[in-house]
Amino acid sequence: MKRAPDFRLPSGPGTFLSLADLRGKPAILAFYPADWSPVCGDQLALYNEVLPEFEKHGAQLVGISVDGPWCHAAYSKSRNLRFPLLADFEPKGEVARRYGVYNAASGTTERALFVIDADGVIRWSFVSDPAVNPGADGILEALESLQQPGAVHEPA
Amino acid sequence: MSRRENRAHLTVPVGPRDHTSGAENAPLTLVEYGDFQCPHCRNAFPIVKKVQQQLGARLRFVFRNFPLTQIHPEAEHAAEAAEAAGAQGAFWQMHDRLFERQFALDDDSLVEYAQELGLNADRLRGELDAGTYRAKVRDDFMSGVKSGVNGTPTFFINGERYDGSYDLGSLLEAVSVAVS
Repeated sequence: MKRAPDFRLPSGPGTFLSLADLRGKPAILAFYPADWSPVCGDQLALYNEVLPEFEKHGAQLVGISVDGPWCHAAYSKSRNLRFPLLADFEPKGEVARRYGVYNAASGTTERALFVIDADGVIRWSFVSDPAVNPGADGILEALESLQQPGAVHEPA
Repeated sequence: MSRRENRAHLTVPVGPRDHTSGAENAPLTLVEYGDFQCPHCRNAFPIVKKVQQQLGARLRFVFRNFPLTQIHPEAEHAAEAAEAAGAQGAFWQMHDRLFERQFALDDDSLVEYAQELGLNADRLRGELDAGTYRAKVRDDFMSGVKSGVNGTPTFFINGERYDGSYDLGSLLEAVSVAVS
């Protein structure tokens, strides 16, 4: 159990979102390598679809990559995404580094998931094989375990 | 930080609510989570047919709905139309028709396909309007999410998620390994 490192990142051209804004409710951080990956295998398209299930747990989802806010805006619009994409753009990958999920070799973040509880404590995290979309099952299990006080979900 | 293998399992076993093709006691069960409006599922459709032909009685094929409705606005009704056809005993005929005519999946086309297949098209239209099979489609979808379905198509071979390519050679090899 670890306190989630703070951040404040652009959530669009001229708008910002910080971890403190997410406090009081569970938050899901989905670091992903890049915008514009193929549609049907797309992790974010899946999360967009599963969003009502996350919301049942009161959780707010944000996507984070090193792409800039204008790129995110275009991508989000084209995919009809209903959750914010944060731009870890300048200094590049700084927030990913704080979370230990920056891949300097590729210049992108890893494909990594964090579930943070209402008090800002990381309760579950997972780094996926970058080539494999991790799905949403781990996130849902983690959110379910948050509802049992004191229980910490340990992924297999 | 956990780094686990992305190895997911089918959490809802194949049962009476599923649409299955092939012998119930087949040693091999291939489950597809698919979306009728997804071009990748369309590409996989003839490949799955070939796998079925080659394996014959050794394979049971199961299709579950996984419509990505935010990017495929016609996928939900297409899935419900397949279920509605299933209620009239023609799930697989409609499944095939939807992939063959993926270019036209609006409601009028769905009703037309029901007519072509000799089904009660008025009933199908009424069930689409009423959302009769919306819950069934959502159940399929959630069973997929909880099993680690991460896009479409996602295949499970004897309950284990298959993360490889779905070209004919790869898929045949994967199922052959599972059966041996």
